[in-house]
Amino acid sequence: MKKNLTTVMFRGTKAQEEQLDAVIEQHKGMPGALMPVLQKAQDIYGYLPYEVQRMVALKMGVPMEEVYGVSTFYSQFVLNPKGEVAIAVCLGTACYVKGSGEILDKITQILGLPAGSTTPDGKYSLEATRCIGACGLAPVLTINNEVYGRLVPSDMEGILEKYK
Amino acid sequence: MFRSHVLICGGTGCTSSGSVKIMEAMNAEVAAMGLADEVKVVGTGCFGLCALGPIMIVYPEGTFYSNVKIEDVHEIVEEHLLKGRPVERLVYHEEKSEDVTKAMSLSETAFYKKQKRVALRNCGVINPENIDEYIAMDGYRALGKVLTEMTPDEVIQTILDSGLRGRGGGGFPTGLKWKFASGNRGNVKKYVACNADEGDPGAFMDRSILEGDPHAVLEAMAIAGYAIGADEGYIYVRAEYPIAIHRLEVAINQAREYGLLGEDIFGTGFNFDIKLRFGAGAFVCGEETALMTSIEGNRGEPRPRPPFPAVKGLFGQPTILNNVETYANICQIILNGPEWFSSMGTEKSKGTKVFALGGKIVNTGLVEVPMGTTLREVIEEIGGGIPGGKKFKAAQTGGPSGGCIPASLIDTPIDYDNLIAIGSMMGSGGLIVMDENTCMVDLARFFLDFTVDESCGKCTPCRIGTRRLLEILDKIIAGNGELEDLDRLEELANYIKSASLCGLGQTAPNPVLSTLRYFRDEYVAHIVDKKCPAGVCKSLLQFKIDADKCIGCGMCAKNCPADAITRTDYIAPGHKLASFAIDPKKCVKCGACMEKCKPHAIYKD
Repeated sequence: MKKNLTTVMFRGTKAQEEQLDAVIEQHKGMPGALMPVLQKAQDIYGYLPYEVQRMVALKMGVPMEEVYGVSTFYSQFVLNPKGEVAIAVCLGTACYVKGSGEILDKITQILGLPAGSTTPDGKYSLEATRCIGACGLAPVLTINNEVYGRLVPSDMEGILEKYK
Repeated sequence: MFRSHVLICGGTGCTSSGSVKIMEAMNAEVAAMGLADEVKVVGTGCFGLCALGPIMIVYPEGTFYSNVKIEDVHEIVEEHLLKGRPVERLVYHEEKSEDVTKAMSLSETAFYKKQKRVALRNCGVINPENIDEYIAMDGYRALGKVLTEMTPDEVIQTILDSGLRGRGGGGFPTGLKWKFASGNRGNVKKYVACNADEGDPGAFMDRSILEGDPHAVLEAMAIAGYAIGADEGYIYVRAEYPIAIHRLEVAINQAREYGLLGEDIFGTGFNFDIKLRFGAGAFVCGEETALMTSIEGNRGEPRPRPPFPAVKGLFGQPTILNNVETYANICQIILNGPEWFSSMGTEKSKGTKVFALGGKIVNTGLVEVPMGTTLREVIEEIGGGIPGGKKFKAAQTGGPSGGCIPASLIDTPIDYDNLIAIGSMMGSGGLIVMDENTCMVDLARFFLDFTVDESCGKCTPCRIGTRRLLEILDKIIAGNGELEDLDRLEELANYIKSASLCGLGQTAPNPVLSTLRYFRDEYVAHIVDKKCPAGVCKSLLQFKIDADKCIGCGMCAKNCPADAITRTDYIAPGHKLASFAIDPKKCVKCGACMEKCKPHAIYKD
């Protein structure tokens, strides 16, 4: 999976680090703990920047290359923070056949934001996701986990307007 | 006791179209009308007819409401539940039915009539978060029977006799898998694993089973544990399925409370417990060895077989791994006997199969039919055909590992072996229907793009070979293809198939090979005529303005991001303003003009 490294500054807090410590403590001695720990770490920080991966590596005593290898292997692990308005367009087969590619192009055109990135001000992020399983509503997208279905490209301006 | 039960679908499809809010509103309305002691509102798993969601069924009448909106809730409660008059305008009517006024119950509809629900039998029937409802549907009776009346070898023999084959795609006989792992019971640590990493885009049956009937999977895993002599199970489920994960957690806790998981189950001394692991979005983790590597906490890369997991699997111990749908059949086989199961289906493919119908089809949703049902029955009768009067072009099965079935083969009975013979495969059961507006070259490219992205990179044929395939397809789609490219595609595809390490690489070229086999003329049209017959591939399209239809309003030119549209001198007869034209050299083919054109004078050629 190809991943773009982030250019957004890391703003982790002490409280977040304490939460991470607690998670690592909880998973001590569990076989195959790295993935569950990274999943929890992503819940805490919202994404997995280099700084967080390094903390996990040091605190768990796992080589950094292994942590980086796992974080970049799975598409659920994101190295870029999500925007305040996190848009995800489903590119599963059912949605693709019904034209979700055009929906994605349209959003890119409106926001000037290519898929897989976040605007520098952190306001919008756009990603193309794998099947989210709402094939009955194809084509679908989610904005901050709200599902919009049965879309046509001309719907996009109206929908994005709501999140300005 | 309640006089009425209102079942509301809480599967992902209906949740996405707002069923949770409807359920809340329903509960509030029922309470407000003072019916809380008489009417019970139940959130269930998927009914299957996702296209008509949110779906609601009122028992005892069995009234089937579709496309329910939150504004309708008050009316349903007041009219139907209080006064006993079903709300006619919301009752599902079949378009094709002769008597359109007749309200249908669920089982009478064409969508359900031909179905045979085994794996999905409890989905949409019980509340998946209540173990008592599962037990009331014979739940955990199979486990009880196995533990008290059968030896482990008898269990394996029963599964072998049933002819059940793995529903995850490979179609390997399940009983055989169990038998291989059954040696040395009690002396070796073993694992039972469940593959719920449903990565095939467009397939969602495993999710629906986990959401609608999670205990069926837990019970079957415990049975498998008894059969091979394992006391620990892992379910590897996609993190993208939050509802399924939640219901599994609830189910595991309830089963532990009731002593149906844990130590000394049914007082027989048999111990079995189940842990959850979450996948993180890697398609290759659907491959059994990769899945196990992932549970161990590593990059989910496959390893060579042998040794097979039955010998050396999870954490180096003997392991069996089955798919969710496979497990969902187990308890029914134990209860009804192997003969019952093998009476359904074809000679070599027994039982039923769940398909996720999607794409250009009226009744998008989940269907379960006996093996050997023809594609025509599934698409035309159950699926309700293609919307908008368009022509059926092909059906895609098996996702990125499968192939396309053209219209000429629509009467093929669907089973494992027939699908392989026609160059596709069963896969997990995604069935995407395509009409004349789907470009087969673009579709092959879509799947290749997926596999290139998802190739783990461990072996060269898959990592580099699929990328080269994609580049050739890109070249053809861009209009730069040569006829020799078709031979190159075929040659390379066969190398990748024969030399890749795991199932992902071995099947990755299938979408290319099968579209080449059945739709070669479309490839040729892209290469020789530089045209995309379906009108999808943008580089081969030109946007044009019909000068006689153009009213000269200029909306297109205003919205063109590339300043490619200018006014001409031509005034069409009957029009006041001169028409516009698009400069193909400047056009970026965004389609913005076409969307804005009121008289629909802009077309793609």
